[in-house]
Amino acid sequence: MSMLGDLAPYLVLLAAGFLPNEMWRMLGVVVAHGLDERSELVLWVRSVATALLAGVVAKILFFPPAGLAEVPLAVRLVAIAIGFAAFLTLRRSVLAGVVVGEAGLMLGALWFPG
Amino acid sequence: MDHVPLTPVGSFLAGFRAAATSVFSLVLIGTYVGVGALGHNYGFSLAWVLLSTLLVWAGPAQVILISTLGAGAPPLEAAVAVGLSGMRLLPMVVTLLALIKRADTRARDLLLPAHLTAVSMWVESLRLLPTVPREERIAFANGLGCGFLLAAHGGAVLGYYLAASFPPLLTAGLLFLTPMAFLASTARNSRLLAERLALAFGLLLAPLLAYAGIGLDLMWTGVLGGSAAYAVHRLREARR
Repeated sequence: MSMLGDLAPYLVLLAAGFLPNEMWRMLGVVVAHGLDERSELVLWVRSVATALLAGVVAKILFFPPAGLAEVPLAVRLVAIAIGFAAFLTLRRSVLAGVVVGEAGLMLGALWFPG
Repeated sequence: MDHVPLTPVGSFLAGFRAAATSVFSLVLIGTYVGVGALGHNYGFSLAWVLLSTLLVWAGPAQVILISTLGAGAPPLEAAVAVGLSGMRLLPMVVTLLALIKRADTRARDLLLPAHLTAVSMWVESLRLLPTVPREERIAFANGLGCGFLLAAHGGAVLGYYLAASFPPLLTAGLLFLTPMAFLASTARNSRLLAERLALAFGLLLAPLLAYAGIGLDLMWTGVLGGSAAYAVHRLREARR
């Protein structure tokens, strides 16, 4: 492999991961005056970030990496749904959601092999 | 109560100890087990995953980066999505720095605490810092952030090696950790109507845009889904 070929993933990490994320932190150092956390702008920012994060979750479920792709789509979707239902009913516990969702995924994968 | 002043190193260690006993360390280990496993199965090296943890230091941004680049998307597309998700760090950094800085604090002393700011560190800082004397807060916050960073690295290494050595069923479970935990924790952090709607819109929009073959689908999911949710909130406020 060429030198550039070896370095390429790290250059991409800097350009596509570090810089676009870190610029907001550095901007936070520069913004001297307090930004009201309850301001409308901050609420819009949080809404966009929330939708984006939900989108990432959905994309991993619909277009999973190797290893998860072997589990049928229906099993993945049912597992996330029952995990989320468990989270909602069991005092909004993230741990409960993860445990139930994981159990659903693995049992489903055993019963319905891809 | 009398407080014996701590040296900067002492304050750093106090923050580090606070991280060790915080429940967020366990949450971070769990989150980064998922990130490490994703990194492995999307074909990244362990060094790359650890460097991304050190440099990006935001679980959502790292998952976006790993899943978009790993699926073969162009770096620009990943950068735009990471940039949009990173916006939420700005108000967090501003409120954290307001809590730790003094009139004579130099800007460069704020760079490290700003870099270490992530959801876990921010929540714990806001809880713990008011009990720490102001002149010790920067070192304390740095210790807290470094403690969390160490926990995350441990989780990432563990997840990376487990994904490499687990049988297929357990690997699938490991890779499922990230979507399941991110969905539940995002829902938990969504207290306002706009945020809850944004969560629902994002879940629906992303697969639709992706199946429709629309470029920059994650960016549009965030901008359209988030703005629509925010608009509903504004309409409701206006009707009151």
